[in-house]
Amino acid sequence: MECMIAKPSKGSAGKTGLWRTFKPVYDVEKCNLCHLCWLYCPENAIDVLEDRIVIDYDYCKGCGICAKICAKKAIEMVREEET
Amino acid sequence: MKKILTGNYAVAEAVKMARTEFIAAYPITPQTTIVERLAEMVERGELSAEFVRVESEHSALAAVYGASAGGLRAFTATSSHGLLYMYEMCWWVANSRLPVVMALVTRTIGPPWNIHTDHTDLLTLRDSGWILAMSENAQEAFDLTLIGFKVAERIDLPFAVGLDGFQVSHTAEVVDIPEQEEIDRFLPERRRDRPFVIEPGNPITVGGLTTNECAMMLRHDMMRDIEKVGDLVRNSGYIRDYDLVEKYRLEDAEYVVVMMGAWCGDAKDAIDILRDEGVQIGMLRLRFVRPFPAKEIAKIDCKKILVVERDSSIGKGGIIATEVKSVADSPVQSVMAGLGGVDVGVEDFVAMFRRFVEGDLGEWWM
Amino acid sequence: MKIKDLSKEKYLLPGTTACQGCPHALGLKTLGMALGDRFVLVVPAGCTTIIAGSRDKSAFKFPCLHVPFASAPAVATGLGSAFKKLGKNGIPVVWMGDGGSDIGFATLSGACVRKDDMIVIVSDNEAYMNTGIQTSGTTFWKAKTTTSPKGKKEEKKDLALIMLMHKADYVATASVGYLQDFIEKLKRASEIEGFRFIHLHSPCPPGWGFDSSETVEVARMAVKCGAWILWEFDGKFKISTQSKPYKDKKRRLPLADYLKRQRRFRHLSDEDIAEIERRIDEQWKIILALEKVFS
Repeated sequence: MECMIAKPSKGSAGKTGLWRTFKPVYDVEKCNLCHLCWLYCPENAIDVLEDRIVIDYDYCKGCGICAKICAKKAIEMVREEET
Repeated sequence: MKKILTGNYAVAEAVKMARTEFIAAYPITPQTTIVERLAEMVERGELSAEFVRVESEHSALAAVYGASAGGLRAFTATSSHGLLYMYEMCWWVANSRLPVVMALVTRTIGPPWNIHTDHTDLLTLRDSGWILAMSENAQEAFDLTLIGFKVAERIDLPFAVGLDGFQVSHTAEVVDIPEQEEIDRFLPERRRDRPFVIEPGNPITVGGLTTNECAMMLRHDMMRDIEKVGDLVRNSGYIRDYDLVEKYRLEDAEYVVVMMGAWCGDAKDAIDILRDEGVQIGMLRLRFVRPFPAKEIAKIDCKKILVVERDSSIGKGGIIATEVKSVADSPVQSVMAGLGGVDVGVEDFVAMFRRFVEGDLGEWWM
Repeated sequence: MKIKDLSKEKYLLPGTTACQGCPHALGLKTLGMALGDRFVLVVPAGCTTIIAGSRDKSAFKFPCLHVPFASAPAVATGLGSAFKKLGKNGIPVVWMGDGGSDIGFATLSGACVRKDDMIVIVSDNEAYMNTGIQTSGTTFWKAKTTTSPKGKKEEKKDLALIMLMHKADYVATASVGYLQDFIEKLKRASEIEGFRFIHLHSPCPPGWGFDSSETVEVARMAVKCGAWILWEFDGKFKISTQSKPYKDKKRRLPLADYLKRQRRFRHLSDEDIAEIERRIDEQWKIILALEKVFS
């Protein structure tokens, strides 16, 4: 029965940051802390601090919604480097 | 105290005395009067349970499953096509290890439409993990329902009580009803946290995707745990003694009949008649189909065994006979009779058993 | 309610199996913002079954019960009774897709008619997505799916209006394009007792054929061209703020702009689009009439 019960876990699908082809790059200078990227990130991978946002790249899948929704163009989607 | 109750009303009485907390059922002949009586009891304040008028059997068991997962003592009842409609949920409930109790008023599966008794519907559950009991009369239907709640909650497996459509469900008999205090001592309040509980503030996720091995472990554990039912039934603490089987004139029997259900009453009369003629015949009546009483059947030492049953497995034969054959020491003969509710009376059984003893009996009795 | 005042508690934990840009993820993360931790999620088969996590790892920081496909609202009925009887403060929330509301239509109807205590959210991505994009009852007119390769021929059922005709206690439509509106509707629903229903429009990037970054844009486009109408009923029928401008057909953005950016509609002719527009016009007539009836 225990094997049928799951508990809350970050990264339930592993380090989903590995899925990315494009990575959101943040320019704090342009940001007005409107909170829209935080609200509309499907991964809950954006946190809003006092003076900036922080993106959790371990889990960010690079969907690009944050870049599109930002009215100040403070986020840009940049192709991941080849490694 | 002795009351005159039909099998269905006896079941309703037992559900009430068990202080059941949640009932959801959809009417189907011949189960309907259980549901109606329970609705009446709730409306009158005799039973303080939530009674939900669901729109289908699938939802009946789904609602009961939800209530049980939330910690309540929950009950449903159905027959035949209703069981088949809730069949998916039956397996889900068993694998979830929830102690739901269900009354199964046995009825033939169509087409053609047929509201009379036949045991095939109950037997469709035999692989699922449900504990399956079959009563012979209203008293047993009452007793097994109460024992069912206790055993189910001890072992975390759902429990179905079978009773023959019309023959038990709608036949009024004398039923000995214990006092409520006796039942309360026998059946305490359900433990709210087993095997798991879904409640706000307890962030568990139950039943999601997991390893293949989990499915094996689950079924293995169910297989192991259902074997405890025999002892639990024998030592349940109920005011009457019960076992997985009833032994009728079995001690010195040279010929043994294995059967289950209401018609066993008539079969026992036939056994008495043949005994008077000097035939050493007896009956092992199955009160439980799951767990299968393998030990009791293997212990039978006689010339030959006759399994008479109200079901059929197309392409194989009698379901009970197949199972009895797999463990019996003596040769087993199989007869399928009474399907569709066809009446098999005392005279029929006398003739049938005589031909069995004389070695002149076919596979069908019509 | 200001966006900055929304709770930052994470009820959907990062690193789920959801596709990039998944609308269900958007909906699920906001449940906690509206309901706190006083709810239990009932999830029938669908994409969310997978998003919930696997093995011992759940993506949810709230209780979740996985249930058979057609059973969710009935299970919620049972859970709600248990909470009430045992004095537990919380709401059962059914979270299912348009698949669950096809196969479980009777179940949904029954729970609604009984006014059983729950919130049902149908997160509608307009096809049976988890099994690979097959046509459902709410699939958009003429959309291409794997079982309608030449475009859906059948009609599209309006779930929210059906629930309204059941006399549900609260009915609303919402969109993952307007999450604050969804959160407000959830909050309002949570303050009403009985059977509450929200039909959440959830554009699906792989299923509809658009880039994962466009989920919110596509959702908003549906509202702006009038194809998805945001409304709310709690005794009074109100068209929501975001849809109000589009009561006026002239203010609606071109339907073709919404349709043509999705691969599932690339095959549409001008006549097809005109036919769809007629259907949308009819839909608006009904909605405007209801606004008058329940004013």
